[in-house]
Amino acid sequence: MSSATPTLADYDHAIETFDPVLGLEVHVELGTATKMFCGCSTAFGAPPNTQVCPVCLALPGAMPVVNATAVEYAVRIGLALHCSIASWCRFARKNYFYPDMPKNFQTSQYDEPIAVNGYLDVQVDGETVRVEIERAHMEEDTGKSTHVGGLTGRIHGAEYSLLDYNRAGVPLVEIVTKPITGTKASAPAVARAYVAALRDLLLSLEVSDVRMDQGSLRCDANVSLTPAGNPVFGTRTETKNVNSLRSVERAVRHEICRQAAVLEAGGRIVQETRHFDESTGTTSPGRSKETAEDYRYFPEPDLVPLAPAPEWVEGIRASLPELPWLRRARLQQEWGLSDLEMRDLVAADAVGLVEATVDAGAPADQARSWWSAYLGQQANSRGVSLAELPITPQQVARVVALVAAGTLSAKLARQVVDGVLAGEGDPDEVVAARGLAVVSDDSALQQAVDQALAAAPDVADRIRSGRVQAVGAVVGAVMKATRGQADAARVRELVFSTLGVQA
Amino acid sequence: MTDPSSTAAPALTRDDVAHLAHLARLELTDTELDLYLDQLTVILDSVAAVTEVAAADIVPTTHAVPLTNVSRADVLRPGLSRDAALAGAPAAEDGQFRVPQILGEEQ
Amino acid sequence: MTAAGATPDLPADLTRASAADLAAGIAGGTVSAVEVAQAHLDRIAAVDPGDRGVHAFLHVSGDLALEQAAAVDAARAAGRTAASPLAGVPLALKDIVVQQGAPATAGSRILEGWMPPYDATVTTRLLEAGVVILGKTNLDEFAMGSSTENSAYGPSRNPWDLDRIPGGSGGGSAAALAAFEAPLAIGTDTGGSIRQPAAVTGTVGAKPTYGGVSRYGVIALASSLDQVGPCARTVLDTALLHEVIAGHDPRDSTSIPEPVPSVVDAVHRGRADGVAGMRIGVVRELGGEGYQPGVLDSFRAAVAALEAAGAEIVEVSCPHFRYGLAAYYLILPSECSSNLARFDAMRYGLRVEPAAGQPVSAETVMSATRGAGFGAEVKRRIILGTYALSAGYYDAYYGSAQKVRTLIKGDFDQAFGAAGGGAGCDVLVSPASPVTAFRLGEKVDDPLAMYLNDLATIPGSLAGIPAMSVPSGLAADTGLPVGLQIMAPALGEAAMYRVASAFETLYVAEHGSTVPLSVPELVVNP
Repeated sequence: MSSATPTLADYDHAIETFDPVLGLEVHVELGTATKMFCGCSTAFGAPPNTQVCPVCLALPGAMPVVNATAVEYAVRIGLALHCSIASWCRFARKNYFYPDMPKNFQTSQYDEPIAVNGYLDVQVDGETVRVEIERAHMEEDTGKSTHVGGLTGRIHGAEYSLLDYNRAGVPLVEIVTKPITGTKASAPAVARAYVAALRDLLLSLEVSDVRMDQGSLRCDANVSLTPAGNPVFGTRTETKNVNSLRSVERAVRHEICRQAAVLEAGGRIVQETRHFDESTGTTSPGRSKETAEDYRYFPEPDLVPLAPAPEWVEGIRASLPELPWLRRARLQQEWGLSDLEMRDLVAADAVGLVEATVDAGAPADQARSWWSAYLGQQANSRGVSLAELPITPQQVARVVALVAAGTLSAKLARQVVDGVLAGEGDPDEVVAARGLAVVSDDSALQQAVDQALAAAPDVADRIRSGRVQAVGAVVGAVMKATRGQADAARVRELVFSTLGVQA
Repeated sequence: MTDPSSTAAPALTRDDVAHLAHLARLELTDTELDLYLDQLTVILDSVAAVTEVAAADIVPTTHAVPLTNVSRADVLRPGLSRDAALAGAPAAEDGQFRVPQILGEEQ
Repeated sequence: MTAAGATPDLPADLTRASAADLAAGIAGGTVSAVEVAQAHLDRIAAVDPGDRGVHAFLHVSGDLALEQAAAVDAARAAGRTAASPLAGVPLALKDIVVQQGAPATAGSRILEGWMPPYDATVTTRLLEAGVVILGKTNLDEFAMGSSTENSAYGPSRNPWDLDRIPGGSGGGSAAALAAFEAPLAIGTDTGGSIRQPAAVTGTVGAKPTYGGVSRYGVIALASSLDQVGPCARTVLDTALLHEVIAGHDPRDSTSIPEPVPSVVDAVHRGRADGVAGMRIGVVRELGGEGYQPGVLDSFRAAVAALEAAGAEIVEVSCPHFRYGLAAYYLILPSECSSNLARFDAMRYGLRVEPAAGQPVSAETVMSATRGAGFGAEVKRRIILGTYALSAGYYDAYYGSAQKVRTLIKGDFDQAFGAAGGGAGCDVLVSPASPVTAFRLGEKVDDPLAMYLNDLATIPGSLAGIPAMSVPSGLAADTGLPVGLQIMAPALGEAAMYRVASAFETLYVAEHGSTVPLSVPELVVNP
């Protein structure tokens, strides 16, 4: 650490003094079965160097062949981001030496990306912010290195490194925004909302599993400050591999505060890459970019140009799914939910589950209530997501139907759900096995009511004399006698009719 | 493409050769640097002839036989066994390629 | 020569036989594939020792070759039809094409001892055709050179005169043919590496249309120019090998999907019908200054023979050819600087520690290894290519060079095309090499002088068209072989082979035998 470490400026003060400008670069690993240029698996988590071949190890003589599905996915992404799809484009070689990269060049797209000039509208505090997209292009991922010896996990001080090339050549699409200006204090929230919206979009397009924790979605955040009102952008820093939504927001906020402090102290911002530390929420300097790298790009001679046929592109456009935010707006209206209720469902990743439960026949309010209340608690206490609970939307819908038919009371319904979660089978099987059906045979109930009234003649008298609230004691006795399997409302009606009282 | 004559490179220096050698990860001796400086100067002088005829309206040829849209289906193919992958490695450990410490950064 | 199906009379020394005759002999049971392989292995042992012999081979795969030959014999004994018209015939494989079970060096120290874990598509096709691979032949390091003197393992020598170069980069393959160490060989041609060695060793070598033969498993020099091709002592053998190795390969994205031209038929047509009615263009720019008088005399005699046989000879001008060498020496170094980046001591090949006192890191080990593992010519071209691709110079150098390719293609289109005042030629001819074989060491210190050996072959490479060299005779001034280059439009291999075959037939009619059979007896001191 330098002794002259600048303190951080107060955020509000920083925003008053400077306008932040953002640029976000998101790398998404495509969910294809095979790599960008060879037939090796892209599955995550395999033992090191078990998903490699001459092509992705860059053995002498090996040659790349483009994965058709990766191109299709890139076009899907471009179209969903309202980009123009190039009618002709190429891959290029980006030449630089790094041991993670077997060929010592990355096969990427340079001045001829497959998709350009789009946008993504994101919601921040109820406002729509349009983030303009400069380009989306295809490239390949690098391998992974593990540093051994020295300080754990850090490059510096390591004695040697171990290389695993399973990830080398996994298809990537890099999505680059144009400079995002005018966001003022909401810049960190805009950055987060953009990455979140992009993640939702990519998930709905079924082109990636977008697991930020596994690196299948990675964000680099460029931040610069310019004195408030000044149209000329300041020097930017690039914070690499910010790997959660929360980190995106924190990293941008931190850079704004850090850069403001440097500038206010009369210093200058160094053009560099920076690393975000999840534990401290701060960034630290990496490689200087003051002297531009010379990547010596040239068209990849081992591949031929791509010329997506307009009919093919239009076919993909026609097959795009409903965009997630449009779908959410539609469902919110269909289900009659408030913004807050919808936001809670979204936050709990419950929209799809509720929708499937409604599709299986449950009323929307019941479906939402089950997933956001009781099942939400169950998921919380088990430490899993709603989707990971061992109950299907169809099973929830069946429980709702049993309640509506009067077969189950609300309390019994929760016991049935508990049974399903415990692996006892479908709701009907749990009802049968646990003997949980509501006692709805009036003659059996009438007998229990008669017995209860006989056992408490003073209570019966009080009810007859008009003190209807005393009915609770009789209902309680009946419920106890039927071990809770009676419908309390029906019991109450029977008590009044037996005593000839108008409730 | 700008006017070729304006982009004709200035004379190569010894530092240029050293910089290029570094970009290409080639350790060169002083003798080699001097030799390559002389030879590259002569060669560059000779190959600069291409700029004489490369008018702006000429479409560059990258492939002799023009093809487009060559791709393969997204279908798994058997690759190399780990042993085969590592067989040629100068050093290996725990199923991985063992290399000297990496000082630079990923780009 | 023998008609298909009949069993030929093979010479007592099997190594003097053509591939076609050997295949017929093996198929007919006159001789076994193992006997043929053993005869060639014996010949290699006798004439190839690196310290005093031809040194065509970097590695001889004796056991593998005998196994492959035995499999061919076993298949025949089991009554199966021959896998191809070359089943059982031995072949020398340029050591830039990978084959499992044999080391691959590309003539470089940086790959010393590397055993490839996969087969090139060409290798697979050869093995499936029953061709017996004798071993890996010498070449200039990573195919950069015109003499094999850039091989890290020492030069090959020309069987016509062991003090002279056998051409390059594929000098090992050509020398193996000329020394009767193998009747067939595989070469690769980026700017002339098949044709120039064929010319200076008096053998036949063809560079197919770019994309005609798969490059998968062929260690890349310049990806947009590299092409694999067949080499042999006769035009028919070359054509037979051409058909075995050519054809679409889904593993090479630049591979042409069109069917392989039937070049063997074209050879038979050339023998039967000659060149009568064909229009043959003589390229004005490929001759004159820089060409040895003996080469030009032999070339003129060849053209006269073709004309006498009924071809219409026209002179054509290709004004942009003069920029070919410059464009080539920008494109090739640019692409090779990138292709050779993978040789970095991390995953395979040589690893050299930095000098004492220097820090040891991946970066310093890469630089030390590449500095020590690459030879002078390779380093020179990597630096040149790194420069040509640099941000400030890309347009002026690489970009302009690619435009020159367009202009050169235009010249060829004009020469081959009939429309728009085109010359309408079926083929174009020129000397394949401006000089006959020069002495070892003669040009080793002058890169530009060495580059001039490719003067005549480079235009065809830049345009990606098929071109071959067939011996036109011996130069009167040196007594050494001269090659006639025949160039055809893209995918026009049939016309090229027809002319080559017709010329070979004319030559044999006049001289009594082909050029390779007139090579002096090779004396290798024991």
